[in-house]
Amino acid sequence: MSFLPASGAVPDGAGERPATVVAADELSCRFGAFKAVDRVSFEVRRGEIFGFLGSNGAGKTTTIRMLLGLLAPTSGHATVLGLDVARDSESIKRRAGYMSQRFSLYTDLTVIENLRFWGGAYGLGGAALRRRQEWALDAAGLAGRERDMVRDLPGGFRQRLALGAALLHEPPVVFLDEPTGGVDPEARRRFWDLIDDLAGGGTTVFVTTHSMDEAERCHRVALMHAGRLLALDTVPGLKGVFAPDTVVEIRCPSAAQALERVEGMAGVLEAALFGDVLHAVLDRPERRGEIAARLSAGGFDPVAVGSVAPTLEDAFIHIIREEEALIDVRSRLAEPDDTQRVTGGGPGARP
Amino acid sequence: MIRRTVAIAVKELLQLRRDPRTALTLLGMPMALLLIYGFALSFDITHIRLAVIDQDGGRAAREVREAFVRSGYFDLVAAGTDARALDRLFDAGRVQAALVVPAGFGESTASGAPVELQFVLDGSDAQTATTVLGYARQIVGSVTPTVRAPASLGPVTARPLVWYNPDLDSSRFLVPGLIAFILMVTSVIATALAIVREKERGTMESLRSTPLMAIELLIGKTLPYLLVASVAAAGSLLLAWAMFDVPIRGSLFWLAVVTLLYLAGGLGWGVLISTLADTQQVAFLVGLLSSMLPTLLLSGFIFPISSMPRIAQAVTYIVPARYFLVALRGIVLKGAGPAVWGGEALALVIFGGAVLALATARMVRSL
Repeated sequence: MSFLPASGAVPDGAGERPATVVAADELSCRFGAFKAVDRVSFEVRRGEIFGFLGSNGAGKTTTIRMLLGLLAPTSGHATVLGLDVARDSESIKRRAGYMSQRFSLYTDLTVIENLRFWGGAYGLGGAALRRRQEWALDAAGLAGRERDMVRDLPGGFRQRLALGAALLHEPPVVFLDEPTGGVDPEARRRFWDLIDDLAGGGTTVFVTTHSMDEAERCHRVALMHAGRLLALDTVPGLKGVFAPDTVVEIRCPSAAQALERVEGMAGVLEAALFGDVLHAVLDRPERRGEIAARLSAGGFDPVAVGSVAPTLEDAFIHIIREEEALIDVRSRLAEPDDTQRVTGGGPGARP
Repeated sequence: MIRRTVAIAVKELLQLRRDPRTALTLLGMPMALLLIYGFALSFDITHIRLAVIDQDGGRAAREVREAFVRSGYFDLVAAGTDARALDRLFDAGRVQAALVVPAGFGESTASGAPVELQFVLDGSDAQTATTVLGYARQIVGSVTPTVRAPASLGPVTARPLVWYNPDLDSSRFLVPGLIAFILMVTSVIATALAIVREKERGTMESLRSTPLMAIELLIGKTLPYLLVASVAAAGSLLLAWAMFDVPIRGSLFWLAVVTLLYLAGGLGWGVLISTLADTQQVAFLVGLLSSMLPTLLLSGFIFPISSMPRIAQAVTYIVPARYFLVALRGIVLKGAGPAVWGGEALALVIFGGAVLALATARMVRSL
């Protein structure tokens, strides 16, 4: 695929496109007393698959909407392709792609009618539009099915078509807001293959998700929680928050009851249930035998405790618990005239 | 700019084509309503049950009675000589009007002396009574010269001469009003729904992320409905001509211009509603109420503006149908040119411009 040429409108890129495609600096959005996004700072590099991981309500969509200029930041600022989101939203809209969380195609139009419309909305026409339509049909695997009604397409096809429609104008950066909601794993895999291709071609992909599997496929992952960015690193980097061999897997009968026991044991920092298996984070690897013995004594036989490679979810839970513990400590230390009191989400940002 | 606007308009037409129910409603509803209301909404009163009390019994009295029957408005249901019978007839609702010819009527008319006829009316329905009284005056006026002795000078009577609508056929007067009413309701609701639908389906969020400007979205969204509404307007006028003998005496060109101006205001109003409503239900209700009631009540469609309370009269100035009706009746019934309704056309331009500007401003904010 090809890209829009570097434009003179990009202020800090003299000839060369800047390596930083998205930059947020203390970006915040507040709805009344509720801080949807709270002083978030990050940079996204060209050609990167940048994952925005967090549960619903973590502020992911709000951040994307601010980056596209659909929502004005309450404070802080951000640039996309070197353009200020508060001032140059028109230019950003022309040069960025966006696939919203809600299905963005018209189900009562055919595949090709949708592509023609979205191409037209981006001001494309003639040969350029036809070329990009071909590309989008190919990418979605819908070549030959141009006249199918979108409402008759399976979810996976729809999602790839929506992605194709968001990329008709060959944007150098595309924002995908939970793009694979409600599609089966196979369709999800194919969607991500498409994302890999895009990034391989130099397109910057900013994608939000609450799925750990999807986050694993990102080059870097920003962890959002309650409007705040808690961590930003590569996947291995995020998993590296644990000391070696301190993450263990505990297999035993009645894992749910065992969880209560394990949580109360000395040396167990965190414990969580993953299906019928327990994951626990220990203060040192040597605790393993101790835990096995105590569970066994508690009637949870047979028990097996072995170290496992931490999953992203382990890291996610760990980081959020640490953050919440920190908030807890801070709120006890908080001064009565703390200006951050009104937030409800705990005082202040990280230092 | 053009490309993006066209993209929206084409998409809207495609969606309209896929949704034949809406398309048919927009095209067929105005004409169906016109037929239904055209027949039902008639202020012409006929078959008035009449009693004649003839205390004279002469030739002149018979002529007056015949004139009433011949007029076609009255059905003679009772005749007698005793005026006291009237009480019973009115109470039982058997008659709505009674003509009393006093004794000596024939002699007086023959001698040229002033004569009086008594016309008794059931005034419980004031509007009907007024209309019937009008008929009676006309009929009596028309027979006066023939019953009067030819040689002598009789009383001076006014001879009404009604222009443009000589039969005082109310459908000629009402059908243009109906067209104004129907066009306003459909144009407002169609556009409001078309835009709110995008909000409901979530496609608005995606539209907002494109370089589409508010004005492009506005034009692209309203143009298809302007087209559909124009077709509906032409169909309604044609139907009015075929079914209700409403002539189009004036220029079709000016008719089209004035109608388009009027529709632009309605479409703009629909867009304005769409920026306030978040669901199609709300948009439909607000659209219906805000277009139907003023057009029906405050436009001069049914109730003459001059007989409204002062405050209601003031409100009529912001009802576009008020202006459109004057221009439409002028063009259709009188063949009048822009010199006559130019002020009204200007008012439509101002209304349309203001509403569209407001709608665009609100869209910019929400876009």
